[in-house]
Amino acid sequence: MAHIRLENLVKRFGKQTAVDSLSLEIKDKEFIALLGPSGCGKTTIMNMISGLLQPDSGKIYFDGIEVNDVPPGKRGVGFMFQNYAVFTHMTVYENISFGLEVQKIDRADIDRHVREVTKLLQIKHLLSMKASKLSINDMQKVALARSMITQPRIFLLDEPLSNLDAALRSIMRAELKRIQQELGQTTVYVTHDQVEAMSLANRIAVMNYAVLQQYDTPHNVYNFPKNLFVANFLGSPTINFFDGYYRNGEFRLKGFNKGRFILSRKNKAALESELTHEKIMLGIRPEHLKLKDTKTDMGEGLNAKVISYEPLGSKVIVYLHPDAEPNIIIKSSMEKGYKPRVGDLKYLEFTENHLYIFNKETTNLVKRFTL
Amino acid sequence: MASIKLKNVTKSFNQTTAINNLSLEIKDGEFFCVLGPPGAGKTTLLRLIVGLDTPDNGEIAIGDEVVNDLHPSQRDIAMIFQNLALYPDKSVFDNIAFPLRKLDLREEEINKKVVDVSKQLKIAWLLEKLPSQLSGGERQRVAIGRAIIRQPKAYLMDEPLSNLDALLRLEMRVSLKQLQENLKETFIYVTHDQVEALSMGDRIAVLNEGALQQVGKPEEIYLKPNNIFVGTILGSPPMNFLKCNFTGESNKVIFIHEAFALMSSKKDFINEMKAKMLTGSVILGIRPEDIKIHMEKNSDTVIESKIYVTEPLGNETIVDVKLGKDIIKVIADADFSGQIGQKIWLEISSSNLHLFDEKNHDCIYHITEKGLLQTF
Repeated sequence: MAHIRLENLVKRFGKQTAVDSLSLEIKDKEFIALLGPSGCGKTTIMNMISGLLQPDSGKIYFDGIEVNDVPPGKRGVGFMFQNYAVFTHMTVYENISFGLEVQKIDRADIDRHVREVTKLLQIKHLLSMKASKLSINDMQKVALARSMITQPRIFLLDEPLSNLDAALRSIMRAELKRIQQELGQTTVYVTHDQVEAMSLANRIAVMNYAVLQQYDTPHNVYNFPKNLFVANFLGSPTINFFDGYYRNGEFRLKGFNKGRFILSRKNKAALESELTHEKIMLGIRPEHLKLKDTKTDMGEGLNAKVISYEPLGSKVIVYLHPDAEPNIIIKSSMEKGYKPRVGDLKYLEFTENHLYIFNKETTNLVKRFTL
Repeated sequence: MASIKLKNVTKSFNQTTAINNLSLEIKDGEFFCVLGPPGAGKTTLLRLIVGLDTPDNGEIAIGDEVVNDLHPSQRDIAMIFQNLALYPDKSVFDNIAFPLRKLDLREEEINKKVVDVSKQLKIAWLLEKLPSQLSGGERQRVAIGRAIIRQPKAYLMDEPLSNLDALLRLEMRVSLKQLQENLKETFIYVTHDQVEALSMGDRIAVLNEGALQQVGKPEEIYLKPNNIFVGTILGSPPMNFLKCNFTGESNKVIFIHEAFALMSSKKDFINEMKAKMLTGSVILGIRPEDIKIHMEKNSDTVIESKIYVTEPLGNETIVDVKLGKDIIKVIADADFSGQIGQKIWLEISSSNLHLFDEKNHDCIYHITEKGLLQTF
């Protein structure tokens, strides 16, 4: 059990700033994800929490007590890395019990813990097997069991699922979330995979170039992204951005011969009270951008040509060019079974409530209308 | 331009069979994806086609010519690897032009070809740069450019996008597909990523442990998987599988799971099931999108269950549902708001169910007819 507070953490490697003045609070029992592209500083943050790295400046507190000078082994932190170090010459049982044996815990207790944790992870039947004989999936579970069993007050996971195949990853995701809720350990989960961050975490800290972009619930990060980067990083396929400007109740969008979107009077007033700059980027998620064969009411000239489509089983992703610009790609998520013809002209349909309006210069979100 | 045929090809390394009696026909101008987990034999298959390995048995033909004994250089096939193997000290221009240097071409001709190819790949403005100055996606395009410029008979690609980040991968998928449509050449694309296979392949071959599981159009293999393996490797999340007991009576068949039961009284179906179902139990396969969640018991045919955990993804929510001892995944709307442990009711789409043999995991029956099998 632990509450973590990071205060103005800075870490540089040579001239490179890996983490820039980061402040973050993680509540007791909370599951947070550090999400960002490679090189954004997320692993460095984790290494500073564990004590493997010292910050250049700033403080780290566990339950209100500064731990900057506490060595890693005394911080009560459990790890699991992407490159799990499982001892292949030992059995599964020996691998898992290892962490407790060095703590000189009673053998019967160790045995009970091993059985509990392996039952939870569904590897109980493998206990006497040599680790070298395990599949990659099972090896990952052994690594997880080994860090879980010591019951650290803080659990740090660095891309723990990235070596698993897709089917098992999806099962393990649900299991991890369930296990964390049952054990209640404060968990920091590092990933570049937005699906993992969205599905697992109570809150997501989105990082880019060493700087925290947004720290909020999955719902808010997805639906109210602070800036273009966050909007673009979450969601698959990625959000559509249209470059353009706003004037007098309507958006004029580039890429179309004549692309206009007209706002209702109510939202016009709401937007104008907050918009200081007429150059905007309009964001629309693929699931909110629908394709019609006939003209729609809200827009005018929002026409696009189908260039390809992907039947992904449960849905179909359609890719289009706006009618005047073959270098822009528009993505639309349509129902299973939708089958456009390549070259077809479609009318784009979306509603005001699904628009994300960004200031083009600052890249910050200006407005998202809500019902 | 060429078709590629494999006939009963087998390849072993020491005791391990990497490719097991594989027959495939890849059509001229086709975008053909080979999908399988690590170790399925995908890379071996490519190496056999390109000539880096020779088969122990069987025949490989490119066009009408059997190439078993041809050296890789004589097969005229381009291969693009996961690590792109660009020359770090050569400019983009020289990297792309490299295959032409061995030919006896005039400098102007080389120039024109490189410019043409780089325009096609939208990297014309990068020709003077070194690979180290390029982004991941740009480097990828250079590697493709170097392959295209030779105008080979076919292109083989081994997970070429796996080192790119998610956003770039999505863009490259679309541009690779477009490129192939413009070139109209034969592409064989190996991947472990079902999204890549579904989105780019004209047809997909699913491979597991060296053996072919199914070949078909993306929709076909998604909607009618030959076996449990294919049902699992395609779809995100994958298909759910539930073991059911089977009872056949004279006028009905019943499938019983711990949490529900399904029945049919259609005569043809009953007869077919009785003929095929020898073991007394069967695996029922249901895709996560073919189950609907109700927060209240709104009819007698819905199945009572409990929320195990929820996974909000932004555009949808995956709900893990505890159904008896099993846990299944269901796709629900983005705004789904249920709590762990909460009781819910499931409605199974009766027109998209699959029955698999418990022992060999092969599909016994794809139920596409609405109402053929119903909960009761």
